[in-house]
Amino acid sequence: MGKSSPVRDQVASAAVRTVNRLSRITRKGSGTVVGGRVGMKIAPDLVSSLARGRTVILVSGTNGKTTTTSMIVAGWGGPVTTNQTGANMPAGHVAALAASKEGRVALEVDEAWLADTLASTRPSVVTLLNLSRDQLDRANEVRHLAERWRKALEAQPDDDLVVVANANDPLVVYAGEVRSNTVWCDVPTSWLADALSCPKCTLAISHVGSAWHCVCGFAKPAHVFTTLGDELIVGGTSVDLELSMPGEFNRSNAAMALSALHCVGVDLDEAVRRINAIQSVVGRFSVRRWHGHVLRLLLAKNPSGFAAMMATLPQDGSDVWVAINARVADGHDPSWLYDVPFEMLRGHRVYCFGDRRLDLAARLDYGQVDFVVVDNDELVPTSKETISLLANYTAFSDWLARSEA
Amino acid sequence: MTTFCVLYPDLLGTYGDGGNGLAVTQRAVRRGLDAELVTVGLNDEVPDAALYLLGGGEDGPQRLAADLLRRSSFGSRVRDGAHVVAVCAGLQILGSTFCVEGDDEYEGLGLVDAVTSRGERRSVGEFATRVDGQLLVGFENHGGRTTLGGVDALGTVVKGRGNDGKLDGYRTKNIWATYAHGPVLAMNPWFTDVILSSVYGVELEPLTSVADALYQERCRVVSV
Repeated sequence: MGKSSPVRDQVASAAVRTVNRLSRITRKGSGTVVGGRVGMKIAPDLVSSLARGRTVILVSGTNGKTTTTSMIVAGWGGPVTTNQTGANMPAGHVAALAASKEGRVALEVDEAWLADTLASTRPSVVTLLNLSRDQLDRANEVRHLAERWRKALEAQPDDDLVVVANANDPLVVYAGEVRSNTVWCDVPTSWLADALSCPKCTLAISHVGSAWHCVCGFAKPAHVFTTLGDELIVGGTSVDLELSMPGEFNRSNAAMALSALHCVGVDLDEAVRRINAIQSVVGRFSVRRWHGHVLRLLLAKNPSGFAAMMATLPQDGSDVWVAINARVADGHDPSWLYDVPFEMLRGHRVYCFGDRRLDLAARLDYGQVDFVVVDNDELVPTSKETISLLANYTAFSDWLARSEA
Repeated sequence: MTTFCVLYPDLLGTYGDGGNGLAVTQRAVRRGLDAELVTVGLNDEVPDAALYLLGGGEDGPQRLAADLLRRSSFGSRVRDGAHVVAVCAGLQILGSTFCVEGDDEYEGLGLVDAVTSRGERRSVGEFATRVDGQLLVGFENHGGRTTLGGVDALGTVVKGRGNDGKLDGYRTKNIWATYAHGPVLAMNPWFTDVILSSVYGVELEPLTSVADALYQERCRVVSV
């Protein structure tokens, strides 16, 4: 392949933009990935050359990547290069970096691509949110991912790389502890089902309140930089976090975003004001209309995401719609439905949508949750109330496309 | 009270394996049979139970689960006739040896004459096996290749890999094991009833539920 050549990189970068523009014009695609692929064919190390000299913040983790990245973009203020459409693998990174020369860059990164992206973008900050079971047919096992993160961080040569990491997720701590300057964030983390057995020795981790430790000595980091309880404290300073978006998990995402921004010198008061104002992120939490129904669209892709999202639902016995697909982007195996604590929905009637609505219905039935399988969308009775619709990845995209603002 | 016991879901519960305990319990309770579901954690003793359920897990946790079970009363209870449903890593643990990271011959519980070596590649995808003429459908995701000694396979593979591309799992008079992971019992109500019938020692009344429609749909998909 040879070394990076400036001319070849310029050609490649122009190709990325042209192909993506064509893709959008011809409506063949969303215009983010195909151009990136073309560019990397011409210049395999295009991510490196496009990222060189810029201030890069990476965000990875099972849940909250897109939201946290959006919070970083908003909080930074002004133009920021980013991959907002969820194209979070190298082709998407190339597309984002080729589309804008802005020196400030915030990229979300697929968990499995973190090592490559660390090496190619040489970021100032990498933000590690959480790790839990997700799309196991593709990613195989979550502990394996934690191991790969750890090795990637160990291998990263830049001493000034700052890791901003969740101190309450043992798998994240396992990865982040290899760096001496990790900025630990003590943020509420409700899903611990994948970290009950120690990532170091496999024995049981004891969780007492928000503290945790294993008999082998592996434990929650003693010195945390950021603490989120009723109040958010970043580096000893109280920050006025009053999000417009719902959910405890979004407060955790915001605390991590602010910690990352603090590491690149952004003023926290200004950043939090801009983050507080965010109403929705690529349709998530937005209120939409469809056939006389008013729907609040909630994205939930895996057990921890569902648990967090179900905790935000009103406890009024209202109808809940859930849509489940198992296409490529969702993972082909919907077994994870049995890891979702759907019992939380007892007292609601749940309408089951999506390609895998029967899998969902069976899961709800075994969990003694009232359900209706919707084979014909038009027969669903309308109501004046706003209905919460929880959907996994491609099902969410379908509902976003078929509904109106 | 008839106890169904899910063993170490903290270690062996990677792919929705909790669905199996839920399905057997619900199908018993809905017929008016007495049934309780208990879960054994890492620091718990293995209780007396009519049926034990073992799920799948990653290498480290699988090794620890095998060690914990070896030290527990589980083996003697199974030899005394307690029933077991084991999937994936659980299937491997009950055998003589299996392989985990760093060890190609980790000692299993030796309850079944089955040896698991590393497969050439990981087996991931829709899965179906024919058991006594009926399809058992599900999803597999494992890296093992299991060779059976003096024990019957559970079924012959229709789609996917199973033990070796031909046979799947194994069965004895009180043990059923398959590579169809996670909620295989939830998706295959007829198979759950075979197990319940054996556990209770009675013929069961038919029971309809939405899982019947799910099973029919999955059978159609794997038969295409």
